[in-house]
Amino acid sequence: MNARRREPAGQRRSRGHSSPPRGSASTRSTAPVPFDVDQLIDDPGTRIIVCCGSGGVGKTTTAAALGLRAAERGRSVVVLTIDPARRLAQALGLDELDNIPRPVAGSDGAGRLDAMMLDMKRTFDEVVEGHANPVKAQQILENPFYVALSSSFAGTQEYMAMEKLGQLHAQTEAEASWDLIIVDTPPSRSALDFLDAPEHLASLLDGRFVRMLLAPARGPARLLSVGLGVVTSALNKVLGAQVLTDMQTFIAACDTLFGGFRQRAEATYALLQASGTAFVVVATPEPDALREATYFVERLGSEHMPLAGLVVNRVQAEAVPAVSASAAERAAQQLVDQTGEQHEVAAGLLLIQAERARQRQRQDRLRKGFAGAHPEVPTVGVVALAGDVHDLDGLRQVGDLLAAG
Amino acid sequence: MSDWPRVRLHVVTGKGGTGKTTVAAALALGLARGGRQVLLCEVEGRQGIARLFDVEPLPYEERLLAVAPGGGEVRALAIDAEAALLEYLDMYYRLGRAGRALDRFGVIDFATTIAPGVRDVLLSGKVFEAYRRRARDGHPVYDHVVLDAPPTGRIPRFLNVNAEVAGIAKVGPIRKQADSIMQVLQSRGTAVHLVTLLEDMPVQETADAIGELTAAELPVGGVVVNQARSTPLTATTRKAVAAGTMNADELVPALEQAGLDRLDTSTSTVAQQLLSGATDHVHRLDLEERLMDEVDGLERPVYRLPQLGEGIDLAALYELADALCEQGMA
Repeated sequence: MNARRREPAGQRRSRGHSSPPRGSASTRSTAPVPFDVDQLIDDPGTRIIVCCGSGGVGKTTTAAALGLRAAERGRSVVVLTIDPARRLAQALGLDELDNIPRPVAGSDGAGRLDAMMLDMKRTFDEVVEGHANPVKAQQILENPFYVALSSSFAGTQEYMAMEKLGQLHAQTEAEASWDLIIVDTPPSRSALDFLDAPEHLASLLDGRFVRMLLAPARGPARLLSVGLGVVTSALNKVLGAQVLTDMQTFIAACDTLFGGFRQRAEATYALLQASGTAFVVVATPEPDALREATYFVERLGSEHMPLAGLVVNRVQAEAVPAVSASAAERAAQQLVDQTGEQHEVAAGLLLIQAERARQRQRQDRLRKGFAGAHPEVPTVGVVALAGDVHDLDGLRQVGDLLAAG
Repeated sequence: MSDWPRVRLHVVTGKGGTGKTTVAAALALGLARGGRQVLLCEVEGRQGIARLFDVEPLPYEERLLAVAPGGGEVRALAIDAEAALLEYLDMYYRLGRAGRALDRFGVIDFATTIAPGVRDVLLSGKVFEAYRRRARDGHPVYDHVVLDAPPTGRIPRFLNVNAEVAGIAKVGPIRKQADSIMQVLQSRGTAVHLVTLLEDMPVQETADAIGELTAAELPVGGVVVNQARSTPLTATTRKAVAAGTMNADELVPALEQAGLDRLDTSTSTVAQQLLSGATDHVHRLDLEERLMDEVDGLERPVYRLPQLGEGIDLAALYELADALCEQGMA
């Protein structure tokens, strides 16, 4: 996989997600730079877009909307979703989970849109089958530890999402099948898990304890054998002897895989740092979601991973900009005091405005908090839609809102 | 009178972003009324409770978090799987030194990662320990334990510790521990409450989770509808707005009366904008009512918490606790 292909630094700055002008008065302003979504998806240099953020912020919808818009503007796109809502999955034609991209019916324009839903266990099984001989692979696939690990460990989903991204990327390079891959990330506790889980898993399977279990009598491990005795007897007491035996069998069977795990994790990590990759951080105007977004933005910076911008979903639309929350409330009160029920309709409408404006004010304050710390991050707000998006028209509408800023 | 007189362990779950930590905290405050001792736990290392109450990050230690009217107290505990394992080893096997050796060799990290069931047994095992802990006089130390649990997508697996561990350990101590935890979780002393918003996906996930919990024989508690919208409109106005028969110009005299005719924006524009805002509001009310019918169709006790315009602070938590008490959840 040709992940390390890099462009000169000057070129990397030329995209829509470059820094704001420096040294001018505008750097002091907390108004965020607008995020030009169309510039990002139209740029042929953009090869991978990763949508990340905490759970429940609309990552999947954003990924699908970006994919549809890019396809309708001429790109050949594949969208990798992790756990789409049922109706959105149906809209994308993802009725079955078969782990390969399928064309999405109903997208217009010059480009092409394929979509797939990640089958975590199947992806993991394929990694095992690809790295071990058939007999060993079978041993691993049947081991209870493998079954637990491949189907329920929270980090496995992140790892397999990365693995699948690597596969799609390799396929793109080999067959020129798509020119843009859009990835949705798993609904993890923290957005950072997506970056950390593969490395965590790889380091565990490659760690000190594993090496010790594999070669208890050899070399430096002999020095540790006193410690190991304590460890194994403790584990026996807690887990029972059979568990430890299963664990050892699993590790022994996986021996050939370990180097592979680490290598693959490193290769996909490098892919995420490549210049054709762009991260889109998704949030809602709520404290937790924006805090996660902040962590993620800072982490991307320290890992030299390219951040394209922040999408803030579910923004309260500003209905009556000229009338603030308190003005609306005062006016409603005045109408009731002075005219009783005569103007109750207007009073009701003003109270709705008061409510909406108050929500909007609170959201603006939270967004300013983010922009204050990271004024360089291009941002787009998407107003809250009345219902969930569950068809291509809905995705098109979200795409328009994303592009309109 | 509470709807859950026999329940001492309240597990609160919900889709991400529905406010399950807020609801768990409000429930803990409500349960603490009248001098009760309540422990509020979290297990995901998010420090959501500390953020909500605006206190320092919680250690693996029960800390006084808030008091309730009548002398009640809410303590908080952030449960960490590794710390729980070390404590467990020490308590049951007196493995102080060996426990630390396990940690040094990365065994704990390895075992809890590679066998997620083990991790969940350790986390719920600590909750179970607090639930069963008794003072010298034989009374439980905590009248109630409230668990801010993992989100609905993971909750059946998290609570079904028995099935999780079964694949790995058919006999042995960890299995025994899982069995006794399961007994408590499946008893009448436990209720798994689900938090939802009146939006498509959270309601759908709530319905799915109820099905899965029921299949695992875990006791489903109430459904808490969070951030429910209310309306200042009369039924007639609402109908007129929804039907689109209202004329914005008719609002102009009222706006003039209210002094809104001296803005930069013309009164008729303001009237139109108000009407369009109200139309959006009414659409959402309709959608929420449709989803509320779905929630009612789940045939669980339903509790409604209002949308709070100013965000959540301590005052808001007490307000939500009041609402839960009035509706019989606490």
